[in-house]
Amino acid sequence: MGRIYLDNNATTPVRPEVAEALARMLKGCYGNPATLYCIGQEAHVELEHARDVMAKILGCNREEIIFTSGGTESDNIAVLGVARANRKKGNHIITTKIEHHAILNPCKALEKEGWQVTYLPVDEYGMVNPEDVERSITSGTVLISIMHANNEVGTIQPIAEIGRIAKAHKITFHTDAVQSFGKLSVNVDELGVDLLSASSHKIYGPKGVGLLYVRKGTKILPIMFGGHQERSLRPGTENVPGIVGFGKAAELMAAEGPAEEARLLKLRERLWEGIKANVPHVKLNGHPTMRLAGTLNVIFEYVEGESIILSLDEHGICAASGSACTSDSLEPSHVLAAMGVPPEKSHGALRMSFGRENTEEDVDKVLEALPKVVEKLRSFSPIYKDFLKQQTA
Amino acid sequence: MAYSEKVMDHFRNPRNVGEMKDADGVGKVGNPVCGDIMELYIKVKDETIVDAKFQTLGCGAAIATSSMVTEMVKGQKLEDALKISNSMVAEALGGLPSQKMHCSVLAEEALQSAISDYRKKKGE
Ligand SMILES: Cc1ncc(COP(=O)(O)O)c(C=O)c1O
Ligand code: FES
Repeated sequence: MGRIYLDNNATTPVRPEVAEALARMLKGCYGNPATLYCIGQEAHVELEHARDVMAKILGCNREEIIFTSGGTESDNIAVLGVARANRKKGNHIITTKIEHHAILNPCKALEKEGWQVTYLPVDEYGMVNPEDVERSITSGTVLISIMHANNEVGTIQPIAEIGRIAKAHKITFHTDAVQSFGKLSVNVDELGVDLLSASSHKIYGPKGVGLLYVRKGTKILPIMFGGHQERSLRPGTENVPGIVGFGKAAELMAAEGPAEEARLLKLRERLWEGIKANVPHVKLNGHPTMRLAGTLNVIFEYVEGESIILSLDEHGICAASGSACTSDSLEPSHVLAAMGVPPEKSHGALRMSFGRENTEEDVDKVLEALPKVVEKLRSFSPIYKDFLKQQTA
Repeated sequence: MAYSEKVMDHFRNPRNVGEMKDADGVGKVGNPVCGDIMELYIKVKDETIVDAKFQTLGCGAAIATSSMVTEMVKGQKLEDALKISNSMVAEALGGLPSQKMHCSVLAEEALQSAISDYRKKKGE
């Protein structure tokens, strides 16, 4: 049974060209890029080539790119680093309720240190209102951090608009672009951001590598101390093979351009149309149009998400859920909650996220399995039975 | 986190699923931790559970423990059935991941509640 991987927002399979680049580096290029002899310089050249690729994608200078150990570290450096560098100026941060925990948890840590954090609400589609951002600004606001695209529902935020507001008020603006980098345009001047996080393993690169773009002149302090690598903002000998793999992955994404996104959009819509036609009582989560092409988040009423995932796994299909039962914290999805979805509904949320290996055939196989799975689970769901009784009464 | 093969078997092929229209006792309980719901139906003859059925909305562990508890109570005297604890159900399934132990509480509570429902009805 062939596996159908529909969890590309969680992570992606490393693509062959990237695996080759990694192998080449691991086998033959072990030098420390900080050293002067030939093998060190070889590694240095590879590292700087990856930096150039990123600079081109972001439309920035190569010196403005800091390689990190991933999206989580980039987000932490952005939030904690900007906050600490601006302690004298103020103690207020603006973010949203739907950020990844890599933003929410450093914010919570800062609250314990006396910082004020505004967590902006979103509308039913998961969209932030730029006017809310402007209204929340105080004389003590030192950072605005708002994600570009949401990992659970895919909604794309009006970053450029918020960027203009941040600029007008001279407030440092960060965006977590982990889900959009390589997929949407992330030109930092067009977006109007001072900082931007990205991660390699979401774009078919290796895990444990990411980057933080830091606009020249941005006040920021390191959160880790050591050598002078990455302008001392991220000390430690660079993960050269990982960074080279990340560079290769980004280069290939850029080369494919919008064509791949259009293909994913077609697959996603084929799946959604099929679900709507074959499964009653479903609801789409996320923005109808301003949404990542590969993300489909659907609520199947009267069933629970983990039980759907386990059943789909039996059919060789990998997907994710927003149900409390699937999370270790036993909290339902904070993103769906912020969108006004009550816990009993987010219980049945399923996220299917497409990637480059998915085909139309995959969609048709899912459409073969999914209606049966949901029907079976509903057949012994007590609330579905109650619902049916209400219908006939 | 991984479920045992036995949990997956009961999840895949849950035993005794469905509503029992002529049940002698019904237990309806909800899991306050995650919001899941279980209904357990029992048929009683001479203080003995002669049949049991369930309906559950919940995770794999919730469905598997529901299925297992219906198997465990069939043929049991009521007083013995009352001694079945959530950890006994979990054990019968070859154990549950620690963060899923709370799901088995649902099965224990549904059983207790079904038996007390039966006794209440009989007392009337
Ligand atoms: C929006 C967002 N931010 C941050 C992260 C964390 O990235 P990483 O896994 O590279 O630490 C993720 C991925 O899980 C994400 O989706
Ligand atoms: S019943 Fe919800 S986590 Fe198991």
